[in-house]
Amino acid sequence: MPQILVEELSKTYRIAEREPGAMGAVKGLVARRWRTIEALSDVSFQLEQGELVGLIGPNGAGKSTTIKILSGILEPTAGRCEVDGLTPWRQRVRHVARIGVVFGQRSQLWWDLPVIDGFDLLRDIYRVPQADYAATRDELVALLRLGRLLRQPVRQLSLGQRMRCEIAAALLHRPALLFLDEPTIGLDAPSKLAVREFVGRLNREHGVTVILTTHDMHDIEALAERVIVIGGGQIMADGSFDRLRSGVLAERRLFVDFEAEAPTLDWPDVRVIARDGSRLELAFDPARTPAPALIARIVAAHAVDDIHVEEPLIEEVIARFYEQHGAGEA
Amino acid sequence: MSGGASASGPALPRGLSASPANRGSSALTPYLAVFAGRLEVTLQYRAAAFAGFITQCWFGVIRILIFAAFYAGGAAHAPMSLANAVTYTWLGQAFLAFLPWNADPDVAEMVRSGAIAYERLRPVDTYAWWFMRALAWSVARVLPRAALMTLFAAVLLPLVGLGKWGLPPPVSLAAAGWFAASALAMVLLSAAFTLVINIVMAATLTDRGPNTLMAPLVNLLSGAVVPLAFFPDVARPWLRAQPFAGLVDIPFSIYFGGISGWGAAGGVALQLGWTVALVLFGRAWLERVMRRLVVQGG
Repeated sequence: MPQILVEELSKTYRIAEREPGAMGAVKGLVARRWRTIEALSDVSFQLEQGELVGLIGPNGAGKSTTIKILSGILEPTAGRCEVDGLTPWRQRVRHVARIGVVFGQRSQLWWDLPVIDGFDLLRDIYRVPQADYAATRDELVALLRLGRLLRQPVRQLSLGQRMRCEIAAALLHRPALLFLDEPTIGLDAPSKLAVREFVGRLNREHGVTVILTTHDMHDIEALAERVIVIGGGQIMADGSFDRLRSGVLAERRLFVDFEAEAPTLDWPDVRVIARDGSRLELAFDPARTPAPALIARIVAAHAVDDIHVEEPLIEEVIARFYEQHGAGEA
Repeated sequence: MSGGASASGPALPRGLSASPANRGSSALTPYLAVFAGRLEVTLQYRAAAFAGFITQCWFGVIRILIFAAFYAGGAAHAPMSLANAVTYTWLGQAFLAFLPWNADPDVAEMVRSGAIAYERLRPVDTYAWWFMRALAWSVARVLPRAALMTLFAAVLLPLVGLGKWGLPPPVSLAAAGWFAASALAMVLLSAAFTLVINIVMAATLTDRGPNTLMAPLVNLLSGAVVPLAFFPDVARPWLRAQPFAGLVDIPFSIYFGGISGWGAAGGVALQLGWTVALVLFGRAWLERVMRRLVVQGG
């Protein structure tokens, strides 16, 4: 029995539309025009306990809607969804007691209170026994290096400090399932690394199931073994990232520094991407032309200083994938 | 206290971890905790409390001068004596912050920012949760103002020989008892009204509409501006029966003896009845609104 079961989930919104200008506003008072927006249609997937899955897709694709339904905030228009046997929006109170949620763009800590008071309040909200609470809190404080921050009011924390506190706040009641909605948004590089490392450990060492949405593909690369791509309210791909990459963009890049001016290469199996003085960036398909063969061919014909192969950037893979599937932002 | 707690225990200045709500863990724990937390945070705004006190003194004096001019102009048939009108005015100024003019500003901020999503992620009944927030908010604002106002109108004014214009004690021991009950009911009723405003705000995603509608309704129908006794005879029974009367007119009339005995009991029953009705109605409505709630973006 999977921990999360989602079957043919759909969610439609009705939004009022108005013609531009003052006349439009007056008309809107009398007769409103409604437009139906399909945020999700027929979404199905399953998740086992202990999985770490990345949910990606362009803005407005339905990622957040999916998370909001799974966490019990939103009620879907149709479809079935069970988390540990509970239907989130029907058995909301029981369900939310067992999950942790971090929305990167919002704060769950009390703005005017010191961090530690906010933690204490969460202990009371989740009715965590004092001994368990103290143990979990101390562990989180050590892992996320919060010791110096605990006495500071939340409003005085930097974004990176606040995000570490937010993650701790979501875990004080030891949930078995954690939703992270853009947890690294706006963070500097060290903070991003700290968050990634912590989430990875939480998943590996404590078996916490993690559902992660992000626009930062490095989050995905570092953490997620499985990726679900959502676009236009539908699931467009579900599988390992490597498989996604090879399906979308098999191409590799070869960077060659020549001793002299870069030559013109006129080979049918190689594409010149960029030329800069003595440097060439080439694209090739490793299935057709293995990298060693290509390198041997170049070295045989020209004097070469340096040479290295790269995989295409993950951003590029995803952008290409969206393009192929017509899933750009609406 | 267990050993693990000592890491945070002794050094913590005051507040949540010291509140009795945290000891055991009962079904009420979350609600008591949010009450204590909000009370603590709101009580920190001492400057706001003092400014409120000064403003309310000023308006109290002006309103009493207006009453004095009105009675000096020959008010033989006035429905209450000048002394009672003075009492009514000071009570009104002391308890001003109980008037549910506005949505809870914390909830308004959550509606604006979308953090309201977190409210639905808590394993608590959202209505009860917001009710305790609203209760703590109003109580914390009233306590310092009412204490200062009592000091000013009930102690200072008589000391300087203006006792006639001050706040006397309740008219009798029975009146004091009924007033205590009625004031308690007033506090609960006020929170129930605040919740109605919160819910309209959550449904419309702005607090401007409900705030604009509510303020004049409250001012007029509660008797906060003109005591309900001054309204025409035909209207008075209806005015006394509507829910807003329980915010001002009923408790204050009990205080100076305008309502007593069974009348006082009926008044308190009316307050509690309206509170229960608003709570039941509000809770059902809130669940409906929350099911349709659209949390934008993020």
